[in-house]
Amino acid sequence: MNTFQPLPDLPPPVASTGLVGWMRSNLFSSPLNILMSLTVFYVIYSTVFPFLDWAIVSANFVGDDKSACTDGGACWAFVGNRLPIFIYGTYPAAEYWRLDISFLLLILSFGPQFFEAFPYKKALGIFSLTGFPVIGFVLISGGSFGLEYVPTDRWGGLALTLTIAYVGIVAALPIGVALALGRRSEMPVIRAFCIAFIELWRGVPLISVLFMSSVMLPLFLPEGMNFDKLLRALIGITMFQSAYMAEVVRGGLQAIPRGQYEAAKAMGMGYWKSMGLIILPQALKLVIPGIVNTFIALFKDTTLVLIIGLFDILAIVESAITDPVWGAVATEGHLFVAFCFWLFCFSMSRYSQKLERKLHTGHKR
Amino acid sequence: MADPRPSTQPSQRKTTIWNDPTFRSIAFQVIAIVAVGWFFYFIFDNMMTNRAKSGISTGFDFLFSTSGFGILMTLIDYDETYTYGDTFIVGLLNTFLVSGLGIVTATVLGFVLGVARLSHNWLIAKVATVYVETLRNVPLLLQILFWYKLLGDSLPAPRQSLEFLSQSVFLNTRGLYMPKPVQESGFPVVAVVFIVALIGAVLLARWAHKRQDATGQQFPVVGTFLGLVIGAPLAAFFLMGMPMSLDYPGLKGFNFQGGMRVIPELTALWWALSLYTAAFIAEIVRAGILAVSHGQTEAAHALGLRNGPTLKLIVIPQAMRVIIPPLTSQYLNLAKNSSLATAIGYPDLVGVFMGTTLNQSGQAVEIVAMTMAVYLFMSLSMSAFMNWFNAKMSLVER
Repeated sequence: MNTFQPLPDLPPPVASTGLVGWMRSNLFSSPLNILMSLTVFYVIYSTVFPFLDWAIVSANFVGDDKSACTDGGACWAFVGNRLPIFIYGTYPAAEYWRLDISFLLLILSFGPQFFEAFPYKKALGIFSLTGFPVIGFVLISGGSFGLEYVPTDRWGGLALTLTIAYVGIVAALPIGVALALGRRSEMPVIRAFCIAFIELWRGVPLISVLFMSSVMLPLFLPEGMNFDKLLRALIGITMFQSAYMAEVVRGGLQAIPRGQYEAAKAMGMGYWKSMGLIILPQALKLVIPGIVNTFIALFKDTTLVLIIGLFDILAIVESAITDPVWGAVATEGHLFVAFCFWLFCFSMSRYSQKLERKLHTGHKR
Repeated sequence: MADPRPSTQPSQRKTTIWNDPTFRSIAFQVIAIVAVGWFFYFIFDNMMTNRAKSGISTGFDFLFSTSGFGILMTLIDYDETYTYGDTFIVGLLNTFLVSGLGIVTATVLGFVLGVARLSHNWLIAKVATVYVETLRNVPLLLQILFWYKLLGDSLPAPRQSLEFLSQSVFLNTRGLYMPKPVQESGFPVVAVVFIVALIGAVLLARWAHKRQDATGQQFPVVGTFLGLVIGAPLAAFFLMGMPMSLDYPGLKGFNFQGGMRVIPELTALWWALSLYTAAFIAEIVRAGILAVSHGQTEAAHALGLRNGPTLKLIVIPQAMRVIIPPLTSQYLNLAKNSSLATAIGYPDLVGVFMGTTLNQSGQAVEIVAMTMAVYLFMSLSMSAFMNWFNAKMSLVER
């Protein structure tokens, strides 16, 4: 008796599997796609390869002045030679270790936050927002515990960029939360003040805020009382960013359902208790990605202090590329700074996307 | 059954005045008003004392005194003999120019990139992704300096200018020189015809839209619109005997005379602003398109609409609703970011008015207040537009 014996499956057509199949479906699926792919291939071929040749193949990596850069490519020797200045600015070389320890503390207090399994995340988080700024200030500024005093006009380079960004972040977050609460307050005067403050700072460019803090702040203060230039810039940046932070936090506060507010009231909690224990923990968790995005914007905005004469990493590189000891190295310098910023901002944005995916599940209904 | 507990009427309850919410709220607000009022009095008082000491007069009279400095690029007539008030106008117009140019190019590039990121073509999607992730993670100021320096280093000196279009367009370190159109008698007629045609075309489009809503009959709006707006002025131009001539730039001595000059500062700033903002717009466009669920497209196909009408009538209108609010705030960001012009010396509002004019006149408070007022006005009117738009769109919803 014949049983039904199906033939074995035929393999899929060669043209639809493997590399060929992938290319057919992803690059050459229609005449228009073929044309576009070939155009992009050509553009990549004619720009990326010369760039790689310039940046790697015919580049010079080691040397002390422009005589080292003879191969016609990028002069990375310039970046390598000036790296200490780019990182530490004009900070006294004998005291570099103080900045090194601060960098290390920064990494140690933030690094573990990226790992799920690390048990003391909360304690470390509190330390990085309260203890670390104090230790960092004592270490970098000096003047106590037998450390030599280093005035702020010697601070510079990547260290200054990170300092400004860090202070801005640590100060803008609490002010932003307070402003967001004020904007949703039931007291009309408080609400009006907060709205006016937020809209004023959000409506003007940061550069005019920095101008204002460097030109007008001395006018507003009584005779003899004057702030350091760096402190003035920090005040301007903090005011500006806290307005943006307030809007982010407000988004989180609005997303919390009314029931949560009512439940907190029903439990007999007052305003501060219900905010501190019920509303804010949920709201802040909701807007962590938004907060990280504000941090990224702040980090990029720190470059603007160049315009009021502080020497952050961009300003240091800008002045180094005019040094006649090195020839035309503007592109190399700019690319180096771009890479530094890209590295920080890109990893922060990846982190926020990861958080977004992780937090998304819990709040879907 | 009587309630065993003693009845407590609200009026009889004894609370300390400090625990009364109404009193507390009023007290807090009074404290806030006093604190803010004192703060403003404090800085105002200090300011007056400090200014009296340094001998700076208060008020806006300085706007009418002679400026005494030249400006690299002006859209209106201006030289050293004009007033500080004119420097304000010059700076404002330059800000508007670079913002307007930047908004147009950033929008076009951003939409192209946003669609490209969603392309089925792997290569194009990846290139767009790399572009977006690179450009938006690098500070704008750095990008402006980079392009400005690159432009300055790679262009030739005036005598070795690059020439295009049989010696009518020149490119060198001092900028791009182009023929300048000069209008002759009869040109206003062409302008009037253009405006009339534009108004007519808009009215026609409205009528066609209404008719389609009422009867379902379609009207070739796009073709007629373009025909009217381009064709009518062109016809008038030839009928009036071509009332326009070109003023060509020419090399005289070490520099070019005549024609129209686009300074490299403008090019670098425009370029950097467009490329940077386009990366953000691309993300907005991508999110907007992804926000229209696939079911909408399938429903449109089920109703018998082909791909073109589906995009035009179903997908794009819904995507635009998501796209336009963040898009307007990107436009606002671009306008505010154009103030970074100061770093490369493009004479925008901040560079000219808050920079040179402030340094020369010393009227810091008035100048900073005026400049901030301009930006505040822009941002408040933009948010007014956004509220209007959201209200309009939510009416359409259901």
